[in-house]
Amino acid sequence: MSYDRAITVFSPDGHLLQVEYSMEAVRRGSTVVGVQGADCVVLAVEKRAIAKLQDARTIRKIVSIDDRTILAFAGLTADARVLINKVRLEAQSYRLTMEDAPSIDYTARFLAKIQQQYTQQGGVRPFGIATLVAGVGADANDPDKPFLYQTDPAGTHSRWKAQVIGGRNAKSLREFLEKQYAANMTEQQCLRLAIQALMEVVDSGAKTMELCVLRRGGKKEMLKESMIENVIKEIESEQQEGQAAAAASAGGES
Amino acid sequence: MSDTVLGIQYDGGVLIACDQSNARSILLYQTNIDKIKELTSHTMMGVSGPNCDLVNFTEYIEKNLNLYELENDGTKLSTKAQANFCRNTLATALRKGPYQVDVLLGGYDTVKKQAELYFMDHLAALQKVSYNAQGYAAYFCLSIMDRDYIKGLGYDDALEIMNKCIKALHKRFLLSQPNFIIKIVDKDGVRVVSVGADPADT
Repeated sequence: MSYDRAITVFSPDGHLLQVEYSMEAVRRGSTVVGVQGADCVVLAVEKRAIAKLQDARTIRKIVSIDDRTILAFAGLTADARVLINKVRLEAQSYRLTMEDAPSIDYTARFLAKIQQQYTQQGGVRPFGIATLVAGVGADANDPDKPFLYQTDPAGTHSRWKAQVIGGRNAKSLREFLEKQYAANMTEQQCLRLAIQALMEVVDSGAKTMELCVLRRGGKKEMLKESMIENVIKEIESEQQEGQAAAAASAGGES
Repeated sequence: MSDTVLGIQYDGGVLIACDQSNARSILLYQTNIDKIKELTSHTMMGVSGPNCDLVNFTEYIEKNLNLYELENDGTKLSTKAQANFCRNTLATALRKGPYQVDVLLGGYDTVKKQAELYFMDHLAALQKVSYNAQGYAAYFCLSIMDRDYIKGLGYDDALEIMNKCIKALHKRFLLSQPNFIIKIVDKDGVRVVSVGADPADT
């Protein structure tokens, strides 16, 4: 097997089919939602049902890259592990040489750079993952403000106010977010929006979701199940009230 | 040789003291440098040697220990593992471009719940010890430690021995080392016990 042969080559109509196929692999992965608020970023992942004999605690979908950066991915778990380790190493290397923490902007760009390299290098295939990363330092005037970035198998990266990756319903969820998103939301509002979005694709319940908040200054918190339950109950009761009101008004009209 | 590093392991923690002079040949750059680097939440390393190697070596170790923690879901390396990682780094560099540092690494192992002190020199020797000293200071202080150290001694006795050693150096050591910084590591982590001159004072 020669390692100078490219695997990702152009098709006659200008597509990089391997990259597009890897995006399909991302679609097969479980859903990840990211929402940016005034002083926080929320990452929410869908926890797919695991085998009975498997220990759920060893399956981490939201990981720490650095003291102030978190990452969630959709797609091939093994590919993610390799990419995450590369970026963790880069974060420490940056801290060693620059004596300063890398900004989320730098981290996202590095991730994207690696993902792109694997589309233009002999003997390798693209990473089958898209990532949502949250961290601080992107705004020089406000270095503690957290931002949300997304990278994809093609190697592009961009900042998002709210984004969905993975899962078959990513497109409709994105439309949902576009309708519901408001600028400068509080942490509670961001949690609600992220959980509401996930509830569209997962069976309701805190056991099917994992949430992490990154706050101003880079402080992170993995939300406890009880906290997620509370928000879900709130959303469900409001939905029921809304349905009851709609039914009552509809009944009144007929 | 001219940098002083003293270390004593007592029941529940480790004390490390370093002089605060930064000098080369006949020139004294500063007298308020902090030569005890905090590697992780529960390990610290007192270092003697040229400032360049001190900084490069300790920062490299610190960042790699940090990386290990991030890669392994928050698992911290034991003090013994950290010491061996340092030794390995020294040994690999020895036949390429040696780090000219002699260190005393002190840590509190939160799993085994005990304090450990390790002696390491620039030739990549590693030895777990109850107390030791690096540099010329060893000629003055080891005998004091030999006489006064008893197994299972407490914090106050350890600090007293440390102060006795520093007093002896002030009286009999040719090189003037007026300021000492003493740090402690125990179950609550690493913190400063006393400092001669404020390292932050520029």
